[in-house]
Amino acid sequence: MNVRTIGAVLAGATLGLVATGVSAATLDDIKAKGFIQCGVSQGLPGFSTADDAGEWTGLDVDYCRAVAAAVFNDPKAVKFTPLSAKERFTALQSGEIDLLSRNTTWTMTRDTSLGLNFTGVTYYDGQGFMVRKDLGVASALELSGASVCTNTGTTTELNVADYFRANNMDYEIVAFEKADEVVQAYDAGRCDVYTTDASGLYAQRLKLTNPDDHMVLPEIISKEPLGPVVRQGDDQWFNINKWVLNALINAEELGVTSANAEEMKGSDNPAIKRLLGTEGAYGEAIGLGNDFAVQAIAATGNYGEIFDRNVGPDTPLGISRGLNALWSNGGIMYAPPVR
Amino acid sequence: MAVQDTAGEAPGKASFIYDPKVRSIAAQIALAALLVYVGYSIVQNTAANLERQNIASGFGFLSTTAGFGINQSLIEYTEESNYGVTFIVGLLNTVLIAIVGIFLATIVGFIVGIARLSHNWVIAKLATVYVEVLRNIPLLLQIFFWYFAVLRALPNPRNSASIFDLVFLNNRGLIMPRPVFEEGSSLIFWAFLAALVVSFGIARWAKQRQAATGQQFPVFLWSLGLIVGLPLIAYFVSGLPVSFDNPELKGFNYQGGMSVIPEFVALLLALSLYTAAFIAEIVRAGILAVSHGQSEAAHALGLRHGPTLRLVIIPQAMRVIIPPLTSQYLNLTKNSSLAVAIAYPDLVSVFAGTTLNQTGQAVEILAMTMAVYLTISLLTSFFMNWFNAKMALVER
Repeated sequence: MNVRTIGAVLAGATLGLVATGVSAATLDDIKAKGFIQCGVSQGLPGFSTADDAGEWTGLDVDYCRAVAAAVFNDPKAVKFTPLSAKERFTALQSGEIDLLSRNTTWTMTRDTSLGLNFTGVTYYDGQGFMVRKDLGVASALELSGASVCTNTGTTTELNVADYFRANNMDYEIVAFEKADEVVQAYDAGRCDVYTTDASGLYAQRLKLTNPDDHMVLPEIISKEPLGPVVRQGDDQWFNINKWVLNALINAEELGVTSANAEEMKGSDNPAIKRLLGTEGAYGEAIGLGNDFAVQAIAATGNYGEIFDRNVGPDTPLGISRGLNALWSNGGIMYAPPVR
Repeated sequence: MAVQDTAGEAPGKASFIYDPKVRSIAAQIALAALLVYVGYSIVQNTAANLERQNIASGFGFLSTTAGFGINQSLIEYTEESNYGVTFIVGLLNTVLIAIVGIFLATIVGFIVGIARLSHNWVIAKLATVYVEVLRNIPLLLQIFFWYFAVLRALPNPRNSASIFDLVFLNNRGLIMPRPVFEEGSSLIFWAFLAALVVSFGIARWAKQRQAATGQQFPVFLWSLGLIVGLPLIAYFVSGLPVSFDNPELKGFNYQGGMSVIPEFVALLLALSLYTAAFIAEIVRAGILAVSHGQSEAAHALGLRHGPTLRLVIIPQAMRVIIPPLTSQYLNLTKNSSLAVAIAYPDLVSVFAGTTLNQTGQAVEILAMTMAVYLTISLLTSFFMNWFNAKMALVER
């Protein structure tokens, strides 16, 4: 190889490096490649798990599918990237994924200095503790001196430190990279306590040898609003994600479901008409078709349907709506109006 | 002759751009400039992209409060310490596992390597099985095996196994009394240091005496006596200044004392047993590389099997062993980063894991982490090269 070829190769490589970077118009990129790359968890029942055929299901997964349906009218136009807690933000920042929907807590640092934007809240959670029933512990305040298993790179690690310090209790933290190892170590007796978001505790309890030997303590020690995340610097993509979520929540409030979405188009209620795109041009304002909400709702159902199908009382997780009920039903799930 | 003369004449009239020397230097300068440019544009491009995406950058985060706990720290660490301290804690934990692991792997490796060459059929086959099983199973699986095997085998804290009610073993670790050094205990430390120096002197003197007169001196026993005895005498003379903080069962686990966490034990076992399998093969190769005539000559001089191995074979084998041994030490150090899988708080876990996630500053943190591994590896390499040069055949 002579000098000229080496030079040419290197120069080409350099130009390539300069040209690569995260493009601002995510929607155009997605349309060009024909699917959305969505970051999900490595396996959290009810939120994102793959079955033995490789089909992903869960609340976080359904949100990705709703966005895909809104953009492509095809809920299958999504590819999923399973990410650990510590990989997730780097994957999003670097453009490896277009959207992160991975039971991620909305915090100020993440929303600002990590260069990310949270598009709303898909699940209002809080951190809880699980212990063995035979320890005879009834309250988290009796946990002084306990060994606590959790995941690295999560807000739970910080909350647990704050909680034990605030209550002047000793503890030993044992932090694993993957949730599966946390469950195994807790099951093997390495720790007295397993802590993570309460929804996660119910989900992971199913993986233990004897789920009935364990109980979740009543204390919820933190606010964990979980939501989808996009990169800063692309307002259009941010708006699309924000309004797909709002549309799902508004649909539940207005009684629009996957079954009746098409016929509701003929409704006389102006709020439903605006939501479903038969009045106004709200879809165009975010760069999509006016019927984006119909497509999303028809594909995955409204927020209530998604919740019930994945984590609701009739699923193995059996979580009641609680805080996640609509504001009109005693919860705090509330979406701004389509107007 | 005539042909040679014309060929030897310098081609002075041709332009200097046809001079191969000038051309090669120019090519190298061009290449170097290009590499510098590529490096520069990578840095520029990264900085510009981070700026555009509003991601924080710089090393200011190191003085921010960390706010999370770490379950093994060689220095003072609390949740109020900053990320800089987190870095040091992780670094020391990595260095600890590397040093102890290298030490253990070397001992096991040498024993197994020599055992593989044993004339005893059972011992030789056992060593072969050890090597073939351990080096052919992925390390991460072995780490999980040791971790969960160790955990499941151990009792819970309320049923701990204990030795004289002082040392306790349970699935939270090995808990021992912690020595508390009170005033006046520095004398013990100095006595220990003095014993070390004197032992070293005795070893030198004994070697010289043996070279001059042929008489041997029991250096090992004397050194052992000094190193154990002197601090002990100092302990009694200075009025028993060391007390022990004994662990006591309170609540969920033993409080007080000091403990070795099971993650450390599992990682140490996995890393050192795995690396020992490779070291064993290196040792065997080294010994086989020494010509058989050497041991025959030693036997002919009347040396028994042990001294032959110790004084004739091993010193010559070391020249073959040390370079590949260095690679294994470096591998062990780098493999220790698998610790994150079983919650041992090493550098990758606490700094490139939790800290990275809390601050989001991937570029800075990964650069620091890589620099650490590079530095540790270069230092190991430097030391082993020095050791190699010392052991190399001295040509006369």
